[in-house]
Amino acid sequence: MTKEFALTVDRIKCDGRGLCAELLPEMIRLDEWGYPIIAAGPIPQHLIPLAQRAVEDCPVLALAFRRTERSKGG
Amino acid sequence: MNSLLAGPPLTGPESLASHAGRLGPMPAVGARFIDTLVQSRIAGRGGAGFPAGTKWQAVATHSRGDAVVLVNGAEGEPQSKKDRLLMSTRPHLVLDGAFIAARVLRARRVILYIGERHRAARAAMLQALAERNETERRLVSEHAAPARYVAGAESAAIHFITEGVATPTTMPPYPFERGVDGKPTLVQNVETLAQVALIARYGEPSGTSLVTIAGGVPRPGVLEVESTTTIADAVSLAGGASDQARAVLVGGYFGRWMEARDAWPLRLDQGSLRSHGLALGCGVIGVLPAGRCPVCETAGIMRYLAGESSAQCGPCFFGLRALADACTRIAEHGTNRDDLQRLDRWTEDVRGRGACRHPDGAVIFLQSALQTFGREFAGHRPHSAAEAA
Ligand SMILES: Cc1cc2nc3c(=O)[nH]c(=O)nc-3n(C[C@H](O)[C@H](O)[C@H](O)COP(=O)(O)O)c2cc1C
Ligand code: SF4
Ligand code: SF4
Repeated sequence: MTKEFALTVDRIKCDGRGLCAELLPEMIRLDEWGYPIIAAGPIPQHLIPLAQRAVEDCPVLALAFRRTERSKGG
Repeated sequence: MNSLLAGPPLTGPESLASHAGRLGPMPAVGARFIDTLVQSRIAGRGGAGFPAGTKWQAVATHSRGDAVVLVNGAEGEPQSKKDRLLMSTRPHLVLDGAFIAARVLRARRVILYIGERHRAARAAMLQALAERNETERRLVSEHAAPARYVAGAESAAIHFITEGVATPTTMPPYPFERGVDGKPTLVQNVETLAQVALIARYGEPSGTSLVTIAGGVPRPGVLEVESTTTIADAVSLAGGASDQARAVLVGGYFGRWMEARDAWPLRLDQGSLRSHGLALGCGVIGVLPAGRCPVCETAGIMRYLAGESSAQCGPCFFGLRALADACTRIAEHGTNRDDLQRLDRWTEDVRGRGACRHPDGAVIFLQSALQTFGREFAGHRPHSAAEAA
């Protein structure tokens, strides 16, 4: 088993200023109303530092890492 | 006979004497009852159709003798009447289910959460409770569920009882981890609990479901149907379609529209509907007569659902409102290609992006309308203009 991380957003906390989409456009785009749409699946290794920054800089702490487990080869 | 509504006429609450005389006393089941429940494969009847046994296992694992059983009789779906009928006429069946859950899950509290407008149902449940023994009575408190659509969602019910606010909360934590007052909580629909009362006695559920036949039929109302009953059978029991039927809404406002001719042969059974990509949901079967405009009908329901958003999550609050507005523009001013494209795009964008399943239910409904009424949506004309032409 390898541990991987995905991004989740607390929809009630998020107030849609869209800072996260600026910091991590590779994984986050905004909908018509300015709320983040997050790419499904694990965060690619090379984007982890940027994702970390997005999580830390979210002004309302709505963005978080979620651990997902994936069996090797799965 | 093993059925939910067997017994005396459905004119008022059945007394404890009649209930116990008919079904015998409440069986003294223990922890092993959960296995029976799992084997029964009974699915929740509040809308989501989640296996009850799995939920009980999760609460049992977390309970340290402090669990809470939350009896969901909010019945916020505007067209649904089955939970009210059950509580008003067979309250002891629901209470049996709740007390069996309390015993098996080692719960310290049972909460009756009943829609504030469902006055006869609340009165019947309280009258029935007064007939129970003191040990049982002492477990129970009653809360009136606010008359809002989302107030019946499990996290909203927990939020209301714990903090007085009937809006959903972010999960996790799930109710079985931290529910009412932070305690492991079983949230279960009243019909599901009534089935529990039968399973505890007979080892299996009744095999029937309560459904509400609504819309274009002469005798709309609640029916108890066998799993072999088709939608056509149920509609004819309700007096038949009063006008030629254009479409059938299977499962209420979170359900799906079907062409009437495709809907008739479907069986009112969770498993069978699933195999057709449908769900029984809260059991509302709505018949749309050919004379009614499906675009206007859909727009009206979308406005209702948008207005019932708890306005906490951007994609739900803004998204459902935008979808309802686009439907309304088409209904009032006629089809335009921009709005049709927006409907397709926004339904995809909104899905799965709320703290609760309210937006998901609404877009499932809307997508089925766009599919079933594709022709009408593509060529809609405002009615006054169409009539004048
Ligand atoms: C917006 C929304 C409204 C709901 N309203 C009700 C309701 O009025 N009554 C109900 O029993 N379940 C309702 N539910 C489902 C509950 O969240 C929960 O799944 C159910 O009460 C669990 O019981 P069951 O497994 O026995 O169905 C609603 C869900 C959502 C998302
Ligand atoms: S930065 Fe935070 S609050 Fe802003 S859109 Fe992203 S998740 Fe939402
Ligand atoms: S998804 Fe909609 S109804 Fe559900 S909590 Fe969020 S805003 Fe409220």
